[in-house]
Amino acid sequence: MNGAAMGAGRAPTRREVLRAIGMMAGTAVLYQAMEVLGHARETQFAGPPNLSGARPGTKVVVLGAGLAGMLAAHELSKAGYQVQILEYNNRPGGRNWSLYGGDTYTELGGETQKVGFAPGNYLNPGPWRIPYHHRALLHYCKAFGIKLEPFIQMNHQALVHTSKAFGGKPMRYRELHADWDGNVAELLSKAIDNRALDSAMTKEDADRLRMALREWGALDQDFKYTRSYRASRRRGFDRPQGGGVLGEPIPSDAYPFKDIMDSGIWRIVAQHMNIDHQHSMFQPVGGMGMIGRGFARQVDGKIRYNQKVTSISQQGGKVTVTHTDTGTGAVNTTEADYCVCTIPLSVLSQIDVDCSPGLDAAIRAVPYSNSVKVGLEFKRRFWEEDEAIYGGISFTDREISMISYPSGGMHSDGPAVVLGAYTFGPASYKFAGMTPEQRIQRALEQGSVFHPGRYKEEFIGGAAVAWSRVPFTLGCCAMWNEDTRKEHYQTLVAVDNRLVLAGEHASYVGCWMEGAILSSLDAITRLHKRALEA
Amino acid sequence: MRFVLIALALLATPALAQKAKAPPAPHPGAEVYQNICQACHMANAGGGEGAGKIPALAKNGALEAAGYPIMVVTGGKGAMPWFRGSLTDQQIADVINYVRTHFGNKYRDKVTPAMVAEMGVPAPKGGNRGE
Repeated sequence: MNGAAMGAGRAPTRREVLRAIGMMAGTAVLYQAMEVLGHARETQFAGPPNLSGARPGTKVVVLGAGLAGMLAAHELSKAGYQVQILEYNNRPGGRNWSLYGGDTYTELGGETQKVGFAPGNYLNPGPWRIPYHHRALLHYCKAFGIKLEPFIQMNHQALVHTSKAFGGKPMRYRELHADWDGNVAELLSKAIDNRALDSAMTKEDADRLRMALREWGALDQDFKYTRSYRASRRRGFDRPQGGGVLGEPIPSDAYPFKDIMDSGIWRIVAQHMNIDHQHSMFQPVGGMGMIGRGFARQVDGKIRYNQKVTSISQQGGKVTVTHTDTGTGAVNTTEADYCVCTIPLSVLSQIDVDCSPGLDAAIRAVPYSNSVKVGLEFKRRFWEEDEAIYGGISFTDREISMISYPSGGMHSDGPAVVLGAYTFGPASYKFAGMTPEQRIQRALEQGSVFHPGRYKEEFIGGAAVAWSRVPFTLGCCAMWNEDTRKEHYQTLVAVDNRLVLAGEHASYVGCWMEGAILSSLDAITRLHKRALEA
Repeated sequence: MRFVLIALALLATPALAQKAKAPPAPHPGAEVYQNICQACHMANAGGGEGAGKIPALAKNGALEAAGYPIMVVTGGKGAMPWFRGSLTDQQIADVINYVRTHFGNKYRDKVTPAMVAEMGVPAPKGGNRGE
């Protein structure tokens, strides 16, 4: 698109206008323009901050080498600051993390796991999927050469299990979803026939809705959800379409609507409608930890590992961070003009931070959630080979809540790792209270409902991470609520003298990497402004 | 070891007073402790330390005034979330009584659900998680 096309005697398309604006004015203006034209409301990302002009010699100490910290260091270095990162772990990434074969992980309480996965296999204990609208994270993955591949979130061939329906037998998502839509469409169509919607819509609209329901629910000519070719094209056939003599398919019967109701299938359907779980989703090739590594390459040589921060002072017109080397026990201080602190509040609330009483209260006001993830390695991809399940999630009302099949390496031979548990609510505490081996055994037991005769039989080994016992976070993510947001959020994100906080906890995209990225960009932009004004 | 023996003795007394053969009923707070608290505070109530610390509940002097654990369990503290709403006042009383009489703690005064109702922090509204 160019000016010539625009002048070629027709009105420019919206896309042409946007491209022209983008070329002329840069992404920030482009974003605003897109907003006006009714697009791009799925992200606040307006492109990298392009900071420049730092006063020569100005130092910034960044606490934490997670995504927020490393990105802050990268962008501030580009702007001309001298940056030093202090990190508690002996690796970059923070919660962005994959456990591979050969890795050793010791949780709080001292339980140590030596991960025995085959080469290439991994468990992502923390983040594991990236929504298409997490544009800031996607931007930096591309900019930093981190290769992504599709993450399969929804899979019609995957299974849904509940103790409350079908005698506890797992059913195909595809069948339950089709039968749910079909039955609801039939009932609604019946309601229209019975003139139950007369007060809600005109006769004309009711007729249109009736026709729409027939199409949406795969109803027959009589507006019934019946055993038919049409319905079976959704839910599957008793005998699938084939070739030659027996090529003709045999349609299948729908399940009784009561069973469909009991299955709670709408909850799972609704999950996939949530903007955070809609297709397309992504994952890095080779494990989520590849993002942390990719970010670390951008701040090569700037990270000091194994440093446990014990205090942050802002006295004397500078920032002084005291930290202990977890290997040697040596106590050191690092001085800087400014500090970007990405330490999770669960830990920061235990550190002596020299800040305003308001920020101090905010740091202490936000508790952390909990979750447990278990990775189970199997000898082969029986879910693919025997059941045609390629990626995606099978759901259950058991404590493990789901199992997720690997989205990478499909159609390959050899061992593969399934996410065998991703717990929520009370189940997270229950699982976290077990030893790693107990968690693995429980996950294996509960998940075997989906693949009896395979799951336990072809199991090789596992790994389990309970976030409440993760030494560097003591929890999963910041748990805000309406009251704490109102009382503390703005104080938490404000620049406090020479200190600014960043991380998922300083965002409204809580518990997502995108939140850490957006928070980091916003924090350093304001810190840079403050530094130039000083 | 002395603390453990005393704790066992306290537990055993009511059981003996009932029927000779009945096994001592597990403390009603034990299950809550195992299902919730030990996720962080550990099975031996010893806590843990990494970048930050999870306090040990074993031999913990801060448990002496019953009002303190009531406040912390209902309202949370630092990284620890509130449990008002996810546990009943009875469960909260049970687990506090359990911890205050086990793991080397020997505080004899009992916490009741009524005390939890009176002194507890109400659950916040609109709490959420990203996922």
